[in-house]
Amino acid sequence: MIRVEHLQKKFGNSEVLKDINFKVDENDVVVIIGPSGSGKSTLLRCVAKLENATSGDIFFNDTKMTEEDHKLCELKGKLGMVFQHFNLFPNLTVLQNITLAPILVKKIEKKEAVEDAKYLLDLVGLGEKAGAYPHSLSGGQKQRVAIARSLAMHPQLMLFDEPTSALDPEMVGEVLQVMKKLANEGMTMIIVTHEMGFARQVSNRVLFMDGGHIVEENTPDELFDHPIHQRTQDFLAKVLV
Amino acid sequence: MTSFNFQLIIDYLPYFFKGIIYTIGFSIASIALGTVFGLLIALGKMLPNKFLAAPFKGYVGLFRGTPLLVQILVINFGVVPLVLGKSNSIVAGILALSLNSSAYIAEIFRSGIQAVSEGQGEAAATLGLSPNQTMLHIILPQAVKIILPPLGNEFISLIKDSSLASVISAPEVTYWAQAMNAQYYRVWEPYLTSGLIYLILTLSISSILHSVERRLAVND
Repeated sequence: MIRVEHLQKKFGNSEVLKDINFKVDENDVVVIIGPSGSGKSTLLRCVAKLENATSGDIFFNDTKMTEEDHKLCELKGKLGMVFQHFNLFPNLTVLQNITLAPILVKKIEKKEAVEDAKYLLDLVGLGEKAGAYPHSLSGGQKQRVAIARSLAMHPQLMLFDEPTSALDPEMVGEVLQVMKKLANEGMTMIIVTHEMGFARQVSNRVLFMDGGHIVEENTPDELFDHPIHQRTQDFLAKVLV
Repeated sequence: MTSFNFQLIIDYLPYFFKGIIYTIGFSIASIALGTVFGLLIALGKMLPNKFLAAPFKGYVGLFRGTPLLVQILVINFGVVPLVLGKSNSIVAGILALSLNSSAYIAEIFRSGIQAVSEGQGEAAATLGLSPNQTMLHIILPQAVKIILPPLGNEFISLIKDSSLASVISAPEVTYWAQAMNAQYYRVWEPYLTSGLIYLILTLSISSILHSVERRLAVND
């Protein structure tokens, strides 16, 4: 579904991603871990086309996303993205946040979009918040609305950029619960996270990144229990206390 | 100072009322046109292509960098006769005030649009919204809320600046105050009356804007 070949990204003179290669197949749940500054978020943002690659190619269902004139909005939400800071639209209600893109982009009837949105709100456990504005929600609730908003476009792939890093500890669980549900339903996902226990539970592949490289890639059990590289071992020793 | 003569003001009230109609007309027309032009100029100034953005930047530089009084004179005695064949102080007054305020309003819009967080545009783009849809449904509604206070200042300035149209004999409040001064050789009555009229108009618009601000504050 996603194929990344020799991806390189530079900001000015600093090379943030160096020769990145990996593949994501349908129903894969890939988790990217690594120290801050290792390029995880930049990699995800390149896949989401929020950053343009300096060189190398990214294919999404054999469409070359790295073409200069390929615009993000042409994907029409097929590639959903959940952000660390939610990025809900504060001028719209929860329901409007979810129905906006289906109505404007997919030209779905409003009634149908509202029904779908209500179903999704129930799925993330926020059925009663349809009429609320984002400012009145807790961080965990905001992130669950953001997930529902992405799902409303029925994406083929969901990208999660540290979805729980901006949350109070007691709200992390409710968001991970929703993500787990998605994974179990077969959603293809790429997740950048620091939640190692969660990574181990939901993923079928883990990438460890450091210094702009993918240092190690393996099944979660192998990578967490028998890391091969010294840098992976050092990192895991620090985070798995 | 001889005693303040209220009877003179009362006698002259019909003319002041006429002036108020023109002052309000100038203000409303210029606020409306200035806001529309201002928004378009702000969007033009932010075009990614430098060459396309250049004329909009030049426009703002020109109209902010020259006196409004000079612009009124040039438009009344130069531009309007050139286009319409004869001078028309009302058209010239509205045109000059709109063009001038649109330069300031463009800068206000630009600051508001740039104050909306980048993540909003990113979220909209990943959902498939086009740049235009994002501007219309996401960025502008948030920007308008941010810019209401500076926009209010600009509207207040505009109402007061409409008094400059008196130099091209547009029959607004200041014009009639000057006429009354010339007719009766009185200073205090005409000019204090005109000042009071402007004060009432500016206080009214600021209270209107306050209630709009409160209405928009429901979602924060």
